[in-house]
Amino acid sequence: MKWWHLFWGFFIANLLGYGGGPSSIPLMQEEIVHHYHWLTNGQFGDVLAVGNALPGPIATKIAAFVGYEIGQWPGFVIALAATVVPSAVGLIACMRLLDRYRQSSAVKGMTLLVQPVIAVMMVLLTWEMGWESIQAIGWLQSLGIAAVALWALTRRNIHPALVIVAAFVYGGVVLSHWV
Amino acid sequence: MLRTGLLGYGGGPSVIPLIRHEAVNRYGWMQDDEFGEILALANALPGPIATKMAAYLGYRLKGVSGAVVAVLAHILPTSVAMVALLGFLYALRHSKVVGGMIAAVRPVIVVMLGLMAYEFAVKAGKGLGKGPALFFGALALLLLAAVDVHPAVVVLLALVYGSVHLRVAARIRERRNRGGLGRGGSESEAGGGHGTDGRGEGSGK
Repeated sequence: MKWWHLFWGFFIANLLGYGGGPSSIPLMQEEIVHHYHWLTNGQFGDVLAVGNALPGPIATKIAAFVGYEIGQWPGFVIALAATVVPSAVGLIACMRLLDRYRQSSAVKGMTLLVQPVIAVMMVLLTWEMGWESIQAIGWLQSLGIAAVALWALTRRNIHPALVIVAAFVYGGVVLSHWV
Repeated sequence: MLRTGLLGYGGGPSVIPLIRHEAVNRYGWMQDDEFGEILALANALPGPIATKMAAYLGYRLKGVSGAVVAVLAHILPTSVAMVALLGFLYALRHSKVVGGMIAAVRPVIVVMLGLMAYEFAVKAGKGLGKGPALFFGALALLLLAAVDVHPAVVVLLALVYGSVHLRVAARIRERRNRGGLGRGGSESEAGGGHGTDGRGEGSGK
């Protein structure tokens, strides 16, 4: 049953993540945290942090770690397969069929309509994670770190991986005396 | 493929230009416009985009085994690194230093999620127009937060309605154009247009 859940959870999240890996993040969080309780929200945040600090597609990195947490290497393989195989096979198998529908207004409309929904889900996820962070280390530290991160990411265009590493260093040096 | 998997920071879509560079410029597997075609098709299917591209390029070059090799090269190194790094981090969870590191990185993740939300919202506004994007966003918020519908269901609804959206929008525009002959008429027609939107979503359920 555990294996089936792993497969199904990641299959659904990625099947509905229209428009690439990042749009699957809120869907994966729903399955991982709220539905199957594999991780807490905080742990999911750690996974995102390390995942964003490492290169490569984000959806497969999340699947790899959660799969491994739940069922070691078999879990790792199942979660990754559920994430990658259906859409990859779909693309190869339907190449010709898709060609006919690419210009169709139905496909275009679907891609358009899913965006505001994903945006709202991202906002809700941001809110959830932000609230937990505030409860863990307080308003002052949370907002301070968030403000610096926002400045570094948008104003200075510093690479996300560097910002995450910087936060790790700050946490190790300063916050370890705080919490 | 190994290199593109390693170099593309920040999730699948950011890898696309790298894959294009390797496939078109470096190895000459295909022409630029063919790459664009494949990308457009891959976008019409759900799921992570980078792995779909890797699978297809591998398949085109070497058949099924090529697809397997390309996908594995693309995702395995970072997947294993992920398990190793997080395992290491969690093994030391009780040390104060690691605890501080984890606590400090969470607000950063919140900011990154927030920025992603903003990007999706901007994209939605550009694609749909500001008014409809706000309307559908609000509708999604209502369903997700107030009614507590499962996110998968909400996405599914959006996809179902999305498949007829452009036709509905075209009909609204047509009606508005006809109403636009008289000035007073166009106002009420615009209101009626919103009603049609709502009904379109209703029939999607």
